[in-house]
Amino acid sequence: MTDAYIFDHVRTPRGKGKADGALAELTPVALAAQALSALARRNDLDTRHVEDLTLGCVVAVGEQGGNIARIAALAAGFDESVPGVQVNRYCASGLEAVNQGAAKVMAGQAGLVVAGGVESMSRVPMGADGGSWAIDPAVAFATRFVMQGVSADLLASKYGYSREMLDAYAAESHRRASVAWREGRFARSVVPATDLLGRVLLDKDEMIRPETSVETLAALKPSFAEMGAKAGFDTVALTRYPEVEKIHHLHHAGNSSGIVDGACAMLIGTLEAGRALGLTPRARIKSFASIGSEPTIMLTGPAPAAARALKNAGMSARDIALWELNEAFSAVVLRFMEAMNVNHASINVNGGAIAMGHPLGATGAMILGTLLDEMERRGQATGLATLCVGAGMGTATILELV
Amino acid sequence: MIDYFKRALAADGILTLTIDQPDAQANVMDRHFIDGLEHHVNAALADDAVKGVLLTSAKSSFVAGADLKTLEASLAEPKDAATLYAECRPFSALLRRIETGGKPFACALNGAALGGGFEIALACHYRCAADVRSLRVGLPEVGVGLLPGAGGTQRLLRMLGVARALPLLLQGSQLKAQAALEMGLVDAVVPAEDLLETARAWLLGSPDPTKAWDRKGFRVPGGQSPLEPAIAQLFLGSNAATGAGTLYNLPAPQAILSCLYEGMQLPMDKALDIECKYFVKLNLDPVAGNMIRTLFINKGKADRLMHRPQGVERRVHRKVGVLGAGLMGAGLALVAAEAGVDVVLIDRDQAAADKGKDYARSRLARDVEKGRSTQEKMDATLARIVSATDYALLDGASLVVEAVFEDRAVKAEVFARAEAALAPGAVLASNTSALPITGLASTLARKDAFIGLHFFSPVERMPLVEVIRGDDTSDEALAHALDFVAQLGKTPVLVNDSPGFFTSRFIGAFINEGVAMVAEGVAPALIEQAARLVGYPVGPLAISDEVGLDLAYKGALQRARDGGPGYKPGASVPVISELVVRHGRHGRKNGQGFYDYDAAGKRLWPGLADIWPRAENQPSLEEVKARMLYAQLVDAARCMADGVLLDAADGDVGACLGVGFPAYLGGPFAAMDTLGMPRLIERSEQLARDVSAERYALPELVYQMARSGQSFYGKRALTPPARRKGEAR
Repeated sequence: MTDAYIFDHVRTPRGKGKADGALAELTPVALAAQALSALARRNDLDTRHVEDLTLGCVVAVGEQGGNIARIAALAAGFDESVPGVQVNRYCASGLEAVNQGAAKVMAGQAGLVVAGGVESMSRVPMGADGGSWAIDPAVAFATRFVMQGVSADLLASKYGYSREMLDAYAAESHRRASVAWREGRFARSVVPATDLLGRVLLDKDEMIRPETSVETLAALKPSFAEMGAKAGFDTVALTRYPEVEKIHHLHHAGNSSGIVDGACAMLIGTLEAGRALGLTPRARIKSFASIGSEPTIMLTGPAPAAARALKNAGMSARDIALWELNEAFSAVVLRFMEAMNVNHASINVNGGAIAMGHPLGATGAMILGTLLDEMERRGQATGLATLCVGAGMGTATILELV
Repeated sequence: MIDYFKRALAADGILTLTIDQPDAQANVMDRHFIDGLEHHVNAALADDAVKGVLLTSAKSSFVAGADLKTLEASLAEPKDAATLYAECRPFSALLRRIETGGKPFACALNGAALGGGFEIALACHYRCAADVRSLRVGLPEVGVGLLPGAGGTQRLLRMLGVARALPLLLQGSQLKAQAALEMGLVDAVVPAEDLLETARAWLLGSPDPTKAWDRKGFRVPGGQSPLEPAIAQLFLGSNAATGAGTLYNLPAPQAILSCLYEGMQLPMDKALDIECKYFVKLNLDPVAGNMIRTLFINKGKADRLMHRPQGVERRVHRKVGVLGAGLMGAGLALVAAEAGVDVVLIDRDQAAADKGKDYARSRLARDVEKGRSTQEKMDATLARIVSATDYALLDGASLVVEAVFEDRAVKAEVFARAEAALAPGAVLASNTSALPITGLASTLARKDAFIGLHFFSPVERMPLVEVIRGDDTSDEALAHALDFVAQLGKTPVLVNDSPGFFTSRFIGAFINEGVAMVAEGVAPALIEQAARLVGYPVGPLAISDEVGLDLAYKGALQRARDGGPGYKPGASVPVISELVVRHGRHGRKNGQGFYDYDAAGKRLWPGLADIWPRAENQPSLEEVKARMLYAQLVDAARCMADGVLLDAADGDVGACLGVGFPAYLGGPFAAMDTLGMPRLIERSEQLARDVSAERYALPELVYQMARSGQSFYGKRALTPPARRKGEAR
C-alpha cells in the first residue's frame, strides 16, 4: 500500500452564519473556490496533476446542491480535467473527504488529490435538505429520532455533567482560541476571504469572544428545554435510556458549536507525486476510520471511531500526543476525555467550534489542519482528529509528522 | 345474499338506496351489507335511467360499524397478509368506484355514522346531516388499535390537510353535526324532516361528480411535500409527540401518521392501496385483536351484565344509602345522584356527612363552570343527596354501600346499624378493596344479602366496579347489585371471594415486584421507567408513594396478624418497613417516600442508594419489564386456577379498566394467549430460577393448557375452573 502525505492546507476564516455575517455575501461556490485558489496559488500548483477533488458539504441543496465540488473546481479555475465529488457524513464530511481522497492515493489510484469542505450556513440553512430521519413516521419511530440538542443534554445527564462543567469547558475554548489567534498559531493556514473587488472581507474567525466566562455564560437560557419537554423528545430519548431519571437541559448557544460559514482545502498525495511538483510532505496520514453508534444519544461516536483508527494504525491512545475533537457540544468533549482517558491539556489546545464555529461540511478537514499545524509547532509526532456525527456515527484520522 | 338495501328509482332519475337490515336495531357492516352495497352501486352505475344516487338509512343511526359477532369470530382465525389484503382491498375499491363512477352520490346522514359507515359517507360527493342531538360522525378506529382502512385517512387528508386531519384520526374524534359542518366534513346540517329533500335537491342540481383530488392541479390543503417546512415541522413534532404518548406500544397511531405522510405524496389510488396495506398490518398485529376483544367485545358483555343470574327480576334502584362520606363515599353519592338515584349519605357526625355532599357540590359546580352542565341540573342532582347521621333515613333504600375505614370492627358496627334500618330484600354492599366478603358478612343476620362492590378512586372517573360474590351471597343480591352498577353506567366484573379479590392482589403483584427490585440494588429510575415502558400509567414506586408507605406498612402488619404462623411477608415488606420505621418516609403525604416532593416536582430520593447500594451489574430493560409483567401474568393465572375468576374476560376488563394494566396487551389473559403457553412457561420458569421460585410459579392449570393446546380465548378456550364447579349456584 502507498502512503498518503499532506503537503499543505488552507482554510478561510469562519464568519458568523447569519445574514449579517461577514461571509454571507459570498456564494458557497465562491467561498469554496477561494480556498481552492489559495491552495493552488501558494503551492504554484499546476492543477492538471490533481486527479480528484473531494469536498464535504452537508446541506447539499440550493446553491450548495448538485455536485458543488466539481462546480467549485471549475469556478476556482482548476483545469477541466479535475473531477469533483461531494460527500456527506454530516458533521464529519470534511474529514471524510480527506479520508476518501487519501484512500484513493493509498490504493494507488491517484497520485495527487485535493480534499476539503464548504458550508455557507448563512445562505443554506441547516435542515434545508430535508431527509427522512425526523420526518417519515416509519423511520422516526423505528430509530427513536430526537433532536441533536436533546441528545447532547441526554449525554450530559447520563454522565452527570453539570451546567458549570459544560460552561467552564466552553469558556476555556474561547480563551484558548483567543490565545491561539494572538500568538499567530493559525497564521500559516488561514487565508483572508475577499469580496468581488478583492478587498478583505474577513481575516479572523468572527465569533470568538475572549471575555467569555462561566459567569457570562450563566445568563444564557437552555436551547432544547422546550423541544425536549414539551414536544416529547425527552420521553422518546428515555425509552432508549431508561436508567436516566430525567434529562436536564444544560446546553445553550454558548456551550454548543457556533453556526458559521467557511471552507478549506488540503493537498494530499504520494511522496513521488509531491517530489515531481517540488512539494514538501508535512505529515503522513497513518490511518482513519468511521463507525456507527447508538443514534438516539447520537454523539458518542468519537471514542469508538478513535479506537478503530488506533487499531488500524496498530497504536494505542497512549501513543497519541495531541488530540482534536470537534466541539459540537461541551458534553461531547467531556465524555470523550473520560472514555479515552485524555487530559484536557492535550486536546483542542487552540480552542474549537464552541469559540470559532462549525461550518458543517468543512470542519473535519479544518481541525485536521489545525492539528497538523500544532503538532509541528510543538514538535509532537502523532495526533488524532475526530468528530461526532449525526445519526450516531464517528470519524477519526491519525497523523504522523514526517 | 340477504339484501339490506331498499331500492326506489324516481321518475327524475334519482335512485334512493335505503339501508335497512332486517330484524335489527342498527345496520352493521357484515358480509351481506358489503355484498349488497357492491351489487347496488354497480347496478346504479350501469343503469342509464339512474342520474344520481341518494344513500340513507331506515334506522335511527346511519351505519353502526363493524359487526361484533363477525369481529369476535375473526379474532380466533389465523390470518395471513395476502388473504387479508385480498379481503379488504375490494371494499376500499368499491368506495372509490362510488367516488369515480361518474354519477353523483349524496349521503343523507339521519343518525350516527362512525368508522366504516362514515367512510362510505366520505366517498360520496355530498353529505347532509340531520340536526339531531345523537348524531356523531368520525373515525374512531384508533381506539381499538386500527385505522380507517377504506379511504378514511386519505379522504380526511385531502379534505382537511395534514394539520387538521391528523388530530381527528389520532384521537378518533367523534364530531357532532355542527362541528362536522364547520370542519367541512359534511356539506349541510338540516332539520331531520328536510334531510332527504336536501340531498335530492343537491342531486337534481346537475352536480359535478368528481372530487377535487381527481381534478388536475389538486394540492392537499396546507401542503403535501416533506420538503415544505410547515409539513416537515408538523411530522417532526407529531412523530415525537406520538412516540412519547404511546411509548411505541401502540402500532395504530404510527400507521396513521405513515398513511398521511406516504399518502400525501401519492395519487389517490396508490394512496388507498398504501392505506389498505397499513390496515392489514394492524390487523395482523395482536394489539388490535386484544384491544378489540377487551375494550369492545368483553367490555360490552360486562356492560350487558353477562353474569347476571337469570330469573331474577330487574330492579331499578330509586333510593340507596352510602355509609361513610370520605372520598369514596362522596364520589359514590355523586355518581348515584347523577344517575337519578336518591342517596342518603351517612357519616358519624353531620359535619363529616356535609363535607361529603360538598365534594359533590364542588364537582358539579366545575361542570357548570365548564359548560358541561347547567345550574338547573346541578341543583336537581344535589337535591337527591341527603347528608345525615341517622340510619333510620335508610328506610326504603334498596341498596346500601359501605365505604368506611378498612377496619373490621368499624365495618361490623355500621353494617349492624344499616341492617336494622333496611327492609328485607335490600342489598348490603361493602366497598372494601381487600377484606374478604364472606368474613365481613359473618356478623350479619342476612348474609345472603351481602356482597362486595369495589369501586375505584376517583369514583366519578373510574369506569370499573369489581363485584365480589361471597360464599353466602344470593343470586338475588348479585343480580340487584349488578343492576345498580349498570344504572351508574359503570362496567362490572364478577369475582369470587378471596383476599385482595382480583384487582387488588393483581396490582399488588406488580408493585411488590417493583419495590423488591429496590432492595436488590436495581436503579430506581430504571424500575420506574421500565414500568412506564411496559405501559403502566405510573411506576410501582410512585404508586406506593401515592397510596402511602405508612398504609402499606400497616396493611402488612395486619396481614401478618391475620395470616397466622404460615404467613410469609411479600418481598416488598422489608423495603417499606425500612422506609417507614427507620426513615419516617410515609410517601407523598409527608413529601418523602421513594421520591422527594417539593414545589418543583418530585425526584427519586438519592438516599435509596445508601440503604440499598446500587448493584454493579444492572439488569437489562427487558428483564426489569418482564419481572413486573410476568409477576402479574402468573398471579392472574393463579386467580383463574384458584377459582377467583369466573371468566378470562373479567380478568382482562378488570385489569385494564381498573388497575392500569396496559390496554394494548388486552389484559393478562389476552397477553398470555398472545405469548402462547409454551413461551409463558419458559419465561416464567426462567424468572422462577433467576428471581423467585415462589412469585413466578405458574399453576398446574397452565401446564395442562399447554399440553392440551388450550388458550384462554378462541376455539380451544379453557373452561375456567370456577365455572366447571358450576357458576350458576
